[in-house]
Amino acid sequence: MSDVSVDASESTLQADLPPSSNRRKFLTVATSVVGAVGAGFATVPFIASWQPSERAKAAGADVEVDISGLQVGQLIRVMWRSKPVWIVKRSQAVLDALSAHEDELADPNSEAAQQPDYAANIFRSRKEDIIVLVGICTHLGCSPQHLADGAMEQYAEGVKDGFFCPCHGSKFDMSGRVFSGVPAGLNLQVPPYGFISENTILIGSDGEGVA
Amino acid sequence: MNAVNALMGWIESRIPMMRVANMHAIQYPAPKNMNFWYVFGFMATIVLVNQIVTGIWLTMNYVPSAEGAFKSVEYIMREVDYGWLLRYMHSTGASAFFVVVYLHMFRGMIYGSYQKPRELLWVFGMLIYLALMAEAFMGYVLPWGQMSYWGAQVIVSLFSAIPVIGPDLVEWIQGDYVISGATLNRFFALHVIALPLVIVILVFLHIIALHEVGSNNPDGVNIKFKKGTLPEEEKTQFQIHEYYTEKYDISNDVVPFFPHIVLKDLVAFAVFLFGFCYILFFAPEMGGKFLEHPNFEIANPLKTPEHIFPVWYFTPFYAILKAVPDKLFGVLTMFAAIGFLFAIPWLDRSNVRSWRYRSGLHKANLIVFAIVFIFLGYLGGTPQENWKIIASQVATIMYFSFFILLFAYSKGERTKPVPERIPT
Repeated sequence: MSDVSVDASESTLQADLPPSSNRRKFLTVATSVVGAVGAGFATVPFIASWQPSERAKAAGADVEVDISGLQVGQLIRVMWRSKPVWIVKRSQAVLDALSAHEDELADPNSEAAQQPDYAANIFRSRKEDIIVLVGICTHLGCSPQHLADGAMEQYAEGVKDGFFCPCHGSKFDMSGRVFSGVPAGLNLQVPPYGFISENTILIGSDGEGVA
Repeated sequence: MNAVNALMGWIESRIPMMRVANMHAIQYPAPKNMNFWYVFGFMATIVLVNQIVTGIWLTMNYVPSAEGAFKSVEYIMREVDYGWLLRYMHSTGASAFFVVVYLHMFRGMIYGSYQKPRELLWVFGMLIYLALMAEAFMGYVLPWGQMSYWGAQVIVSLFSAIPVIGPDLVEWIQGDYVISGATLNRFFALHVIALPLVIVILVFLHIIALHEVGSNNPDGVNIKFKKGTLPEEEKTQFQIHEYYTEKYDISNDVVPFFPHIVLKDLVAFAVFLFGFCYILFFAPEMGGKFLEHPNFEIANPLKTPEHIFPVWYFTPFYAILKAVPDKLFGVLTMFAAIGFLFAIPWLDRSNVRSWRYRSGLHKANLIVFAIVFIFLGYLGGTPQENWKIIASQVATIMYFSFFILLFAYSKGERTKPVPERIPT
C-alpha cells in the first residue's frame, strides 16, 4: 500500500469508501442484530425439545388422593411416578411417642435433604397427624412393612409403631426417620405434596399446607 | 512413473494433498531429543481412531432405548460375530484413552509445555479432556446396567446443587422426572454424534496450534530462532517445510517428523498393544475397574447398588466431591479442581520450562501432585470408610496447594541456566 503514489492516493481513498458509509454501517449493524435475534429464536425448539415430553409429563403427573375415608392408624398406598407412596393417619399416642426414642435415630432432626422444607420437623409432615412418605427403603429400594400396635417392639425395644424393611432389616419410626446402626443411612423420603382441600392431598407439587 | 507423477501433479494443482502432508507431517521440524514421554499424543490419536471405528460398528447392533439397550448389549456380546471383541475394544479403549491422556498431560506439566507461547495449545488440550470426560460418562450410561443408571443419577444430580435453577435444569437434562429412556436416548445422540464431532474438531485445533508454536522438548530449549540469527552451519540440514524455514531459522537440533518421530511412536505403539491386547483378551473387566460388576445387571430404578463409584478415570474428582460436606460447595470444589488445571499456564510464572532446569521444590511439587492425584483416585474408587473422609480432605487440600505453591514460588524460583541449544 505504501508504494501507491501520493497523487493517486486521494482518488484511491474515495473509490475504497462506499458512497455513504454511515448508512452502510447502520444497515450492517441492523441486519446483524435482526439476524442474531432470529438465530436466538431458532435455538428455542432445540432447547425446549429437551424438556420432558407430554408422555413423560402424563406419566409423572401429580396424583390427587381423597383421604376423607382414612381412619386413624390406617396406611393407604398410592402410586406416584411409579413409586409407592404411603399416607398414614397417626394417632395422638403415636405422635407423643415420637420424641421418646430420638437418641436411637441417625438423623432425628431431618437434616439430610430427604424432605421438602415444610416437612423438616419432628412429624416430617405438613399436618401433624397425616404423614406422606415414599415407601422405598433408602438402602436398596425394598418396600418396608408397616408394623403397628406393638408389632415393632420385636425389632426396636420400646418402640410400638414403625416401619421395618424385611430385606436387610432397616428400621424407621412413624415419621420415617431411620434408626442408627441399620444398613439404610437416610430417613424415608417425603415427596412434595400439599392439601387442595381439607381431605384431598395433591402429591407431586408443593401446594398449600392447610386448605 | 511419469504417468504417476502426472496424476499426482494433476491432483496437487486442484487440492494441496502433498503440501499439507509435507507441512504437517513429513517435513514438520521435531526436536531431536523428544523422549518416550512424547509418544502419548500419537497414541491418543490411535485410540481415538479405535473408538470411532469400533463405536460405529457397535451402533449397528445397539438399540438405544430403556427396553432394548441392555438386551442389545448382551446380544452383541453373545450372538454377533466378534461382537464381544468390538465391544471390549471400545470399553478397553475408553480406559486406554484416559491412561494416555493423563500421561500426555503430565508430560506437559514436567516439561513446561504449557508455558508461553503454548498457552492456547494447553487450553485446547484441556477442552479435549473435558469433552472426553463428557463422552466417556455418556458412553457408560448406554449399556443401561445398574452402574450406568446410578452413575448417571449421581452425576446428573450434581446439577441440582445449582441454586434456583438446579432442579429444573436436572429435569431438562433428564427429559423426565427421573433418569429414564428419554435420558438414555439423548445421551446416545450426544455420545455418537455431537461429542465425537466436537472432539475431532478440538484435536484438529490442538494440532494446528501445536504446529504454529512448534513442539516443546525435554530440555525446553527453543529450536526456532529469529530469521538471520543462526550461522549457516547451525541450521538444520534436513528438508524442513518452507512454511517453517521462511519465518524462522530452524536449528540443527531438529529432525523431520517422518520418519524419525513416527518410527519411534510406532515402537511405543507396539509396546502399548502388548498391554492393550492383554487386557482385551484376558482381563476386559479389569477386576471391575473398566467394567464394573453391578453393570452386568439391568438398570433398576428401585434398587440402589451397595456402592456407587464412577469408572476409575473420574475417581480423583469424585473423591474431591465427597470430601466436601456441603453439596453445592463440593460441586464447586470439584469443578475448581479442573478449572485450576486450565489456569496452569498463568499460574506458573517461571520462564524456565523443563523441570530439568528448575528447582528441587518444583520437582517435589510435581511428584507430590501426581501421587496425590493417584491417591485421590484410590479414595474415590473404593468403599467409604471413616479414615477415608479425613484422608480425602487432606488430599484435596494438597491437590489445590500444588497450584497455590506453584504460583507462589515460580516468580522468584532459583533455576539452573538453560542452554541455548539442546545439550548432547
